Amino acid sequence: MWLTRPLRERSTQIFLGVLFAAMVVVTVLHVAMPQDSALHVSAYTVTLLGKYLCYALLAVAVDLVWGYLGILSLGHGAFFALGGYAMGMYLMRQIGDRGTYGDPVLPDFMVFLNWDELPWYWLGFDMAWFAFIMVLLAPGLLALVFGFLAFRSRVTGVYLSIITQALTFALMLAFFRNEMGFGGNNGLTDFRDILGFNLRTDATRLGLFIATGIALAIGYVICRGIVASKLGRVSIACRDAEARTRFLGYRVERVQLFVFVVSAMLAGVAGALYVPQVGIINPSEFSPLFSIEIVVWVALGGRATLYGAVIGAILVNYAKTVFTGVMPDAWLFALGGLFVLVTVFLPKGIAGLLASRRKRKDDGSDGSDSSDPEPTPAREATA
Amino acid sequence: MSIIRSLTLLLIAITMTVFPAVHAQDNDPGQTLLGNLADARPAQIEDAINAIATSGDVRARSWLDAYGNNRLSQVKDTGRIVVVLNNRGLDWTISDALTGEDLGEISRRELDRIPVNNLIRGQLDGIKAMLDLDAEDRDIRLASAESMMGKVEAPIVAPLEERLELEEDPKVRERIEAALAIYRVGEGDIEAVDVLAGSLHSRARAALNNAADSDDPELATKAKAALETIEQKLKLNKAAETLYFGLSLGSVLVLAAIGLAITFGVMGVINMAHGELIMLGAYTTWGMQQMLPDQPGLALILSIPAGFMVAATAGIIIERSVIQFLKGRPLETLLATFGISLILQQLVRTVISPQNRTVVTPEWMSGSIVVNDALSLTLNRMYVLGFALVVFAALMLIMRRTRLGLEVRAVTQNRNMARSMGIRATRVDIMTFALGSGVAGLAGVALSQLTNVGPNLGQNYIIDSFMVVVFGGVGNLWGTLIAGLSLGTINQLLEPWAGAVLAKIIVLVFIILFIQKRPRGLFPQKGRAAEG
Repeated sequence: MWLTRPLRERSTQIFLGVLFAAMVVVTVLHVAMPQDSALHVSAYTVTLLGKYLCYALLAVAVDLVWGYLGILSLGHGAFFALGGYAMGMYLMRQIGDRGTYGDPVLPDFMVFLNWDELPWYWLGFDMAWFAFIMVLLAPGLLALVFGFLAFRSRVTGVYLSIITQALTFALMLAFFRNEMGFGGNNGLTDFRDILGFNLRTDATRLGLFIATGIALAIGYVICRGIVASKLGRVSIACRDAEARTRFLGYRVERVQLFVFVVSAMLAGVAGALYVPQVGIINPSEFSPLFSIEIVVWVALGGRATLYGAVIGAILVNYAKTVFTGVMPDAWLFALGGLFVLVTVFLPKGIAGLLASRRKRKDDGSDGSDSSDPEPTPAREATA
Repeated sequence: MSIIRSLTLLLIAITMTVFPAVHAQDNDPGQTLLGNLADARPAQIEDAINAIATSGDVRARSWLDAYGNNRLSQVKDTGRIVVVLNNRGLDWTISDALTGEDLGEISRRELDRIPVNNLIRGQLDGIKAMLDLDAEDRDIRLASAESMMGKVEAPIVAPLEERLELEEDPKVRERIEAALAIYRVGEGDIEAVDVLAGSLHSRARAALNNAADSDDPELATKAKAALETIEQKLKLNKAAETLYFGLSLGSVLVLAAIGLAITFGVMGVINMAHGELIMLGAYTTWGMQQMLPDQPGLALILSIPAGFMVAATAGIIIERSVIQFLKGRPLETLLATFGISLILQQLVRTVISPQNRTVVTPEWMSGSIVVNDALSLTLNRMYVLGFALVVFAALMLIMRRTRLGLEVRAVTQNRNMARSMGIRATRVDIMTFALGSGVAGLAGVALSQLTNVGPNLGQNYIIDSFMVVVFGGVGNLWGTLIAGLSLGTINQLLEPWAGAVLAKIIVLVFIILFIQKRPRGLFPQKGRAAEG
């Protein structure tokens, strides 16, 4: 069974072990330690960590397509945001008549903009199961249509990157419009509760944190499972020599489409868990800058390792939290510098550093010829 | 106000030099004219004003100006008529209305304002316009005739007709005729409709619209027919305007994308910092104008080479410090240059300011060419359009006719072969990248005339630029030109019924779909270059 196989892998076991240990420690320190203790983890920190875990899941999704399929998606923020909007719509409907205008059905912004009734695409979002399905379906469908068109006509490489960026840019412009019915540039906010639990209590926040951790674990195992399966091998072959794989008789575009859609759904789940924790979703999540930032998390952590993506996402976002708190002006310098330094000096990321050190310790080689599927620039004759 | 005041002074000064004899206050006919106005009972004011207007006195215009602005007063003690030059505070500066002699300050209690009522004020404009029709300067006459459109009232019809006989300039004649026709159509004159039939002026249309609703069926049908021809003409002009705006937007896109067509299209380097190079060019223009604050025009012209050099230097630094290490790894180049774009943006925010800077448009670039009443083409857009074409032609020349262009094409087609023929490929890389970056700088100089210059300037253009290059076909300068102009036009065509944002979204989606259909753009490269 492809899903249980990764559980027998050493690296997956270590990853899951560390993740669960960290979750247990945070939970215990949050619940058991008294408020004034130095070891107490505040609810704010728990939510912050939950946010990092959402980003980590998103980074894993990007690593799946970039690391193992060779598609540099500069539009994964769009899938993340779509999942977020699906969740946000559910949370908006949960507010009910407790909004500022007290309308039992219409969200505040619709009352404000004089809408008479819910637009059709808002129907059903008062039911949790429907909303949770849409969290997967909305990004999945977009990825399916977009990927089908793109892969069928063999749009690859830089072209694909640029049109994914255009895609998220177009969606951002669209969601900024009030007429779209998604709250314009204010987005969706002022959420009250989820599944009947009050979002403002510490217990719910801890619950969301744990849920995110579990989602990350499951997402990681799914990705690992795909990568280790036969499909994953073909996908790596597509990455390294697309034309050759096609000539060997594999349906390259189907593999690409499958992996792309799975990745988009994972990103959607990450977005859906992100929204209740930060309490808002607005079109800025669609911005091309955010999407490209995700890529740099993966690049820093180490492409095509999955766990590297998690490390990168957490590190960069922790740095962002610190920087924007201490000296906000310097953050863009740091981020920009990170882009340059990682690509020029650290092409394999932190995971690459760790791997080469381990190898050197093992057999004294420089670790450059790795049997592990590490990305090499595709140099193939396209003639 | 101050314009009117200085105009008044000027007129008075002219009067004094041209007619020195008028100095003698005693037998000055103006004394009687103004005296009548000052003493007039409300019902007589109109006659007094008409007397002034028809007197032929050169100072009449300035008196009416002062009167309309509540500046004509009478000194209580002496009965002298004066013009108030400054009515701030308790003491007002005055001058003699007849001679223009400066009378210093006087307490406002000493003055009796010559009253104006709203009825008179409404007619004053028409009367003043009539006076202006006698002006020597053709432009003043034209402006005056223009202001009469729709304002003609019964009393000035006769003098206006007289004036029309004397007028020689065809444009002024046309205006006066139209102004009279608007009045006549209002009075139910069917013949006058013919005069208005071809006019695009909004007041002419308003008059015809009123006529179309009138009770006289003959007039109504005729007016409707005239309106229809006007609508046709308007549509044509509207289309021409859309085309112009489309081409203008397109020329901006071409300028922004053409540098990218060189670095990305020819060299294959993805430079996400291209937008920031455009921004640097725009800031160079701003800097130049700060250095030459009195000569924005000269500063703008100097910015063309300066902007090119600044952006080209920045490009060389980027190429040497980052891009050369990432050869053959396009996706990594994309990320690294994106990092550079973030750094450049933040650098501008920190060093200069996060706020937008204003770049002055020199006089010879502002204003517009008026083709007719419904269509006027703004000059700055015209210049940018021309500039884009010149830059494009220059680039074509460089790529096709110079040694550098030959070497660039050789290196991109087969790097190893070119090197073995003695071409220094690294040097060609640097030169090409500098050229592409420099052109981005030129785009910035041009853009500074159309949009705000701020740290986000480049960000707004980078996605569009890539779209233009990819749509046109990578490695093809002609493709970039055609793609840019057509995308700009499509965008403008969509805007009226879709709105600006939706138009942009539609264009983006269109390009995304188009690339699926033709991954290599409008004009794909053929032959060896395509395989390289």
